[in-house]
Amino acid sequence: MLILESCPKVKNILLLDSEGKRVAVKYYSDDWPTNSAKEAFEKTVFTKTQKTNVRTEAEIAMFENNIVVYKFVQDLHFFVTGGDDENEVIIATVLQGFFDAVGLLLRGNVEKREALENLDLILLCLDEIIDGGIILETDANVIAGKVASHSMDSGAPLSEQTVSQALATAREHLVRSLLK
Amino acid sequence: MAQPLVKKDDDRDDEAEFSPFLGIEKGAVLQEARVFNDPQLDARRCSQVITKLLYLLNQGETFTKTEATEVFFSVTKLFQSRDIALRRMVYLMIKELSPSADEVIIVTSSLMKDMNSKTDMYRANAIRVLCRITDGTLLTQIERYLKQAIVDKNPIVASAALVSGIHLLQTNPEIVKRWSNEVQETVQSRAALVQFHALALLHQIRQSDRLAVSKLVTSLTRGTVRSPLAQCLLICFTSQVIRESNMNNQTGDRPFYDYLEGCLRHKAEMVIFEAARAITELSGVTSRELTPAITVLQLFLSSSKPVLRFAAVRTLNKVAMTHPMAITNCNIDMESLISDQNRSIATLAITTLLKTGNESSVDRLMKQITNFMSDIADEFKIVVVDAIRSLCLKFPLKYRSLMNFLSNILREEGGFDYKKAIVDSIVILIRDIPDAKESGLLHLCEFIEDCEFTYLSTQILHFLGIEGPKTSDPSKYIRYIYNRVILENATVRASAVSTLAKFGAMVDSLKPRIFVLLRRCLFDSDDEVRDRATLYLSMLGGDGAIVETDKDVKDFLFGSLNVPLVNLETSLKNYVQEPSEELFDIDSVPKEVKSQPLAAEKKAPGKKPAGLGAAPAAPTSTVDAYEKLISSIPEFSSFGKLSKSSTPVELTEAETEYAVNVVKHIFDGHVVFQYNCTNTIPEQLLENVSVIVDASDAEEFSEVSSKPLRSLPYDSPGQTFVVFEKPDGVPAVGKFSNMLKFVVKEVDPATGEAEEDGVEDEYQLEDLEVVAADYMVKLGVSNFRNAWESMGPHFERVDEYGLGPRESLAEAVSSVINLLGMQPCEGTEVVPTNSRSHTCLLSGVFMSSAKVLVRLSFGIDGPKAVAMKLSVRSEDESISDAIHDIVSSG
Repeated sequence: MLILESCPKVKNILLLDSEGKRVAVKYYSDDWPTNSAKEAFEKTVFTKTQKTNVRTEAEIAMFENNIVVYKFVQDLHFFVTGGDDENEVIIATVLQGFFDAVGLLLRGNVEKREALENLDLILLCLDEIIDGGIILETDANVIAGKVASHSMDSGAPLSEQTVSQALATAREHLVRSLLK
Repeated sequence: MAQPLVKKDDDRDDEAEFSPFLGIEKGAVLQEARVFNDPQLDARRCSQVITKLLYLLNQGETFTKTEATEVFFSVTKLFQSRDIALRRMVYLMIKELSPSADEVIIVTSSLMKDMNSKTDMYRANAIRVLCRITDGTLLTQIERYLKQAIVDKNPIVASAALVSGIHLLQTNPEIVKRWSNEVQETVQSRAALVQFHALALLHQIRQSDRLAVSKLVTSLTRGTVRSPLAQCLLICFTSQVIRESNMNNQTGDRPFYDYLEGCLRHKAEMVIFEAARAITELSGVTSRELTPAITVLQLFLSSSKPVLRFAAVRTLNKVAMTHPMAITNCNIDMESLISDQNRSIATLAITTLLKTGNESSVDRLMKQITNFMSDIADEFKIVVVDAIRSLCLKFPLKYRSLMNFLSNILREEGGFDYKKAIVDSIVILIRDIPDAKESGLLHLCEFIEDCEFTYLSTQILHFLGIEGPKTSDPSKYIRYIYNRVILENATVRASAVSTLAKFGAMVDSLKPRIFVLLRRCLFDSDDEVRDRATLYLSMLGGDGAIVETDKDVKDFLFGSLNVPLVNLETSLKNYVQEPSEELFDIDSVPKEVKSQPLAAEKKAPGKKPAGLGAAPAAPTSTVDAYEKLISSIPEFSSFGKLSKSSTPVELTEAETEYAVNVVKHIFDGHVVFQYNCTNTIPEQLLENVSVIVDASDAEEFSEVSSKPLRSLPYDSPGQTFVVFEKPDGVPAVGKFSNMLKFVVKEVDPATGEAEEDGVEDEYQLEDLEVVAADYMVKLGVSNFRNAWESMGPHFERVDEYGLGPRESLAEAVSSVINLLGMQPCEGTEVVPTNSRSHTCLLSGVFMSSAKVLVRLSFGIDGPKAVAMKLSVRSEDESISDAIHDIVSSG
């Protein structure tokens, strides 16, 4: 179908750890129909970019006629993929939005363990950036705001909310220390 | 901004390996999911379980149908909770599970309630979920809310509705198209992303309406577009409008160019780049138009951001193919990119430089590339090799350093594709640059000394056999070739034996030595090697027998096969399947090049399959099918071998009562017209269908017989034939007028039975011509230059023609190819856009025996007037003249 050729589209967003394993991934295109095809793509992308040192500016490469823009921090590897006729700068903007939003949501502790512990936030974050391949939002503050606003239930009074939340946190701590 | 969720704040002293999902198991998590059914919901716990389920899915785990249904039903219970965090996870889960239609109904009411909630986040997300899982029937129910949501003052809600609209347009276009007023209103939104989404949707709704798109672009390019993303979209639409209006607007300034140029000064990099890219991709862009775009791309080249450098150099690389001069200013910046950390950028920079560089910079560039070749991937190396090949053809004087470079990288490690690219390049250089021949051949010889690829070794040996004997000192290659016989596998040995024989045939002084070597091969362990050695020895007279004439030997060793290999393969397969006493006759192999089914489909997408009425069984290989059809008719068997069947020529307009096309079958002394008729009227049955042909404008033809069609029911094609005699071996031409004659009977549509009595009727068809091209059989040659040279200039005829004003060069080229009916060689039928001149190589067989080669040089002079130089080589003067006659009368 010709229809979507003018609208910039993202084919996938990958968040991998330092061994190339998935933390969270989301595919929006049929280019990789099976899980093994997806894993193969992730492996190529991971191994071919592993040596690069991308701590400040996002890097870029091409794989299988796709543009892949990527950025690493600690033990997390962020990738955003688009078709080879996409505007590279737009794909990079999506990556930056994702990267910064995760940074805000994890309060600066951007590492694998923290990401897995807050996987719900990461998944919601992906959901707020791209909808079926179309860019929903690229501003990290707005994305993080949309994800985080869920913690405040407008239905419940604010004071009650914080108390119940505090209780829940306390309970969890207790359970965890008991389990050790 | 809201502070991020205050989450569990674990102690940092846990072991490093800790993961909240360590040892997670699908079965256990599905058990855990029972908490969704608790009467007292623990929102927090439920959220965690959903996260675990999503984690499993994300890791590639799959749920069975029952598991998915079970999870889905229990998740729907969670709509009772008012916890926003949980609700968001529920939304995600529903989207991941992509429920079936009957399951969707269960959540519809809950989602519709959320769509009308006071909480904006609920509304936005519920819209996205519902639109994701809904089908057409449900969509009409919620359409009203969606329209409201589009114009909602909250940007999150509006965006959610618009993006959902973009997705729904694929499945339910007629519904989404009704929203265009609301969408139009939202295009003016103050919220940046809403404007972007509205613009994307509006354009897709109006996509097929050129005028509307043009209006949209006109109004928006004057107004304000806030978001950079929306601006990029608008640039994209604008270039689309420019592309379409180009046809009508040949003179004067390009519309909207000023807008694109203005965008080059935008503050967002994505807009600047999009505009620059759009300008470089304008068709027929002038260097004045290019300059500002190149200037901003040049700035990007020295950016600190790899993405910008990459984007710029990739775009400039494309520009270099069509406008190499336009980017010479960037050369200095480009050279500093050769050492870029990012190898993709470095490779693109190098290949761009190779395209734009001048002769003096070649040596310096080659030195830089040598340093960097070792640490890039094979696929990039191939890009570099290709660039070097074209560079070498551009600057033949520099062949020495380029050839050295190629031979150096040939010695290094590399995969098959890479090595093949290098070998191919060297072969092309040897062929096109005479001075490079000797050194190139020696490089190849050295390469096969240590080559692990049998395919490449045999290719090189074959090439050596053709080029080696023509060098000043052929004897020096013998050692390399004979080493292969000693050291290699059977395939390479056999190929080396053939090469030795070629040297023996061409260089008399070497003959005795070749005989010695060939005799040694008689004791080889492989049959093929021994057979070849024996054959060549007896042919060259090495076994003391009577020597065949020199010409025959050379024909055998160097002559090309007169038939396409594919056809030979099919014929041989048929022969093996139906064994007979007779020997296989190579002349029985059809010479017509069959168009590959895939390519044919691409070329004629609109062609109705019914158009080939005669070949209902196998539309893929029409030649075969025609041949079978014709040979099945006894009357035609005495005409000899069918030399060519034309493609069907329509004799009726589309959608008339009777559809008729004709196929011309050419024999040595006869022409058979095969009329494929289709009756498109359900209420009629045609009987005794024949075609009355008036050949008064075709003097050399006389009608022999005709074969009417007994009956032609509705919608089942049938054929009738008319046979003409013509002088043997003469390319007679003429014009024939046709009249379809038949008896028509009414058919009762209810019973399908025809009435007894019929009425005679006639139906005028269009005229038909037999032209000289009908006597031409397409036959490709693998190496045109070699074929051209071996044909020799004895019967070459050259003349120039003015073709008058033409729409484009490509159109002129393809019309001449069609006129001659010959096979374009080496891809020369493709004319690069914007080129002012073009050379096209054609080959074919005329009158089923005479090989013809044609070299066409086209040029545009002045406003669209095309001139053409036609050089024909053949084995007979009269045939060369006949080809010129075709063109001058066509």
